[in-house]
Amino acid sequence: MKTPPPIDDAFAEYAELARTQGTQTATPGSTAPAAPAPQPKPDEFKYIGKATPRVDGRMVVTGAARYTHDLAFGDMLIGKILRSPHACADLVSIDLSGALALPGVKAALKLKEGRIRWAGEPVAAVAAVSESRAEEALALIKVEYKPLPHVTAPDKAMEAGAPLVQDQGNVIKSNDYARGDVEKGFKEADVVLERTYKTSWEVHQPTETHGSVARWDGDDLTVWDSTQAVQSIRDGLARALSIPAGRVKVLKHYMGGGFGSKLNLGDYTVTAAKLAKETGRPVKITLTRRENSICVGYRPTAWMTVKAGARKDGTLTALSVKSYNCGGVGRGDRVSEPYSDMYACPNVKIEEFSVFVNACASRATRAPGHTQATLGLEGMMEELAAALGMDPLALRMKNFAAKDKGDTGIPYSTKGLEQCYKLGSEKIGWDRRNKKPGGGSGKVRTGLGMASQIWPGAGAPGTLADVKLYPDGSVEVECGTQDIGTGTRTHIAVVAAETLGLEPKDIIVHIGNSDLPWAPISGGSMTTPSVAPAVRDAALKAAEHLKNLASKKLGLPPAEIVLENRKAASKADPTKAIELKELARGLPRPLPFHGERSNYPSTFAFQTFGVQFAEVEVDTETGKIKVKKVVAAHDIGRVINRQTAESQVLGGVVQGMSAALFEEKIMDPRTGTMVNPNYHDYKVATAMDIPEIVPLFADVIDERLNNLGAKGLGEPGRIPASACIANAVYNALGVHVREIPMTPARVLAALKRKEARP
Amino acid sequence: MDTPRKKKKAVSRRAFLQTMGGGAVGAGVVSRVLGKEMPALQAGPGPMDVVSSKTISLTVNGRKVKVAAEAGETLLQVLREKLQLTGAKRVCNRGECGGCTVLVGGKPVYACHTLALQIDGAEILTVEGLAEGDKLHPVQQAFIDKDGYQCGFCTPGFIMASVGLLKKNPQPTFDEIRAGVSGNLCRCGNYQKIYAAVGAAAETMRRG
Repeated sequence: MKTPPPIDDAFAEYAELARTQGTQTATPGSTAPAAPAPQPKPDEFKYIGKATPRVDGRMVVTGAARYTHDLAFGDMLIGKILRSPHACADLVSIDLSGALALPGVKAALKLKEGRIRWAGEPVAAVAAVSESRAEEALALIKVEYKPLPHVTAPDKAMEAGAPLVQDQGNVIKSNDYARGDVEKGFKEADVVLERTYKTSWEVHQPTETHGSVARWDGDDLTVWDSTQAVQSIRDGLARALSIPAGRVKVLKHYMGGGFGSKLNLGDYTVTAAKLAKETGRPVKITLTRRENSICVGYRPTAWMTVKAGARKDGTLTALSVKSYNCGGVGRGDRVSEPYSDMYACPNVKIEEFSVFVNACASRATRAPGHTQATLGLEGMMEELAAALGMDPLALRMKNFAAKDKGDTGIPYSTKGLEQCYKLGSEKIGWDRRNKKPGGGSGKVRTGLGMASQIWPGAGAPGTLADVKLYPDGSVEVECGTQDIGTGTRTHIAVVAAETLGLEPKDIIVHIGNSDLPWAPISGGSMTTPSVAPAVRDAALKAAEHLKNLASKKLGLPPAEIVLENRKAASKADPTKAIELKELARGLPRPLPFHGERSNYPSTFAFQTFGVQFAEVEVDTETGKIKVKKVVAAHDIGRVINRQTAESQVLGGVVQGMSAALFEEKIMDPRTGTMVNPNYHDYKVATAMDIPEIVPLFADVIDERLNNLGAKGLGEPGRIPASACIANAVYNALGVHVREIPMTPARVLAALKRKEARP
Repeated sequence: MDTPRKKKKAVSRRAFLQTMGGGAVGAGVVSRVLGKEMPALQAGPGPMDVVSSKTISLTVNGRKVKVAAEAGETLLQVLREKLQLTGAKRVCNRGECGGCTVLVGGKPVYACHTLALQIDGAEILTVEGLAEGDKLHPVQQAFIDKDGYQCGFCTPGFIMASVGLLKKNPQPTFDEIRAGVSGNLCRCGNYQKIYAAVGAAAETMRRG
């Protein structure tokens, strides 16, 4: 019997890259210390922790920044991909001859054989002299399909006799977690609730669609890719093309959003490289908005049945979760961690299942798993608080976990969640909430809700960066990371400038190139806590060198010298100083200083924490929700740049609000295709929908974690946003909608629901 | 580059519809209208068998240019592909997001939804033409100062929409700013800082 093909597991791939970072070790022979030295206090820094405008701002606002979409080479060809219209079919034959006969078509490739499992799966590709010619060519490819029955709804896929999506069956167990004895725990409880929470397929929809340009120079391949991961795309391409990794260079200077969808190697990238090889010309493939909506993933759904037990005083005694996660033909996410880690609870049992349907595989989406889990866990906490007659914030504090695994594991190195609770609840005016959910009156009800957040964000030990001092006084930082819009270039400039006594704009930053020193993917809130400490390490070494040079010139011991205001100066007498530019003239050649992000101790757990509070208005006649305000308080260790950090949180809240109210990839069960593959029908939040958002930071510096005490921030702002809005709606209405997006129809249905109160 | 095939014919309804296939009238709808079988789920609008071409004159960022434009060709294609002005972005390509916003005759328009042949003789301002030498336009400067973007891909569109707004209404209220940029989509969700940037730019321009 043939072994079934492997099932796409974007989450596992992502988890491997993003969430097992604590097990990474520094480079062999590295000098990176196991635990970083004590650090300056925030007020000792001039730039770090303050607000610095982006160093590449001028490039962006003048249109000079070149995104992958914007690239063109003289003899470049345009590639296009033919995609299956059938959600399930056997591919009988592909005839490329019609396409190849069309003038201007330079190559055509077959991309598929055997079973097609989703509508939109690549079948063939062409490269032609123009986009319109390539489109014409696609229409001339003859494909014979044998269509087969399909299923695109998870509940239908779980029914007996449903068309089989994967040979292993449509439902497989994907995760098991247990500690303690939940049955015993439920017996000890005074209150037990069981509720089911559901999330939708949420599409990343970055403004710049996925795309790549591939060019060969002999045996060497250069690929410009709209990617969050130049290093791993290089490795993936080398594997896919069976060429040495050292022959592949991946470049990404600017990118129009990714949110997790651009971590994986794209089939379009491999196809562009193959077409470029065949034609001997550069080939560009840019997905259309429609392809982007259908073919490059989305956040998988989680249908989570959550059962929780608590004593009268709020102490959690047991928590059990059964989750059905649907990521199309892929395995979907794992949602267990917030349930197992967030609150102190001795008895926990989690069972997860992957449900397969005929749709493209899901991809990591900003805080994969945690976002869905937080809707369920925090929804339950809110409903449990009401059942216990407790303040929802007091219930969370009652079950505060100072240690990993719900207070049963190793201690957290730092946990600023209490500070976040205080900052956030004061700012929103938590006392204004309806003490009893639904306690208000009138047509338009107001409510306040909250949701807590946990996410790793510790960064990757072994990240490398070079600081180069040039004899002309210029300073360059090289790092093989990428700026996906979070402000990485600026964070690098801020850290290097701070350490060398320069201004951020003095630092020349080169990133977005896989040939540069290794850095991890920009996913999982990993970039800043990986890259900034590596840059700091390199810059400290460069600073030491400069101080030694200045020591001779000024006749002072190096320890008596500080670098500031572009000078090396005596600590005691600032008038005794030498310009750094002057000092650099003494360099015999450009000098590189190698920096590395250190390991951190395995005896502590490292996580980011936070809380968001939302205020909503719900019209009980129309079911329409208006989000008025969101206060977001986060503990991300040391803030590197307050300006970009605030923006990260704003974006997380807006995306979470958008998912809570609007976003859903809708499939037509008859044709098995997505019916809303555009910005008009796939509604995302825009200008008129946005609430007032207040980002706050706890500024708890984690000295054990790295030489800056910084954690990541990409995911935290997104994680509690949908949940706190859902909880605010609950507070307004007295009934939890429990399914996002909370469309007016779902709100009205929830209002009609006569709940059997426990 | 190969010469595009030229069949000198008027633009047929079919060619027009297929050119606009990514728009409100979907490609699938077109083929059903025409009584054909559903084509493969593909990227673009499908074959276009009627092409006409005409030379048009435009003033782009103060520079007079002549370009050969085909019937279905959009202003966005002309800017990006023929004039190498890639500031305006192709994001949705169907008038839903404003990523391609430029000023035509001083008014913000979606370049992806403006046929080149319809604007022969027009004056166009793109994000590349906004700064005067090294001196950024106040709106550009404010987008940097207030961190009015994250990935920056929607930014040229937002900047041009904002410049258009401030031309028409130099002292907009907060709600007028929101409404003024409501035709633009920022997937990174930086709206609050975009509002702040537009407000700051208005203030700078008011002070002169």
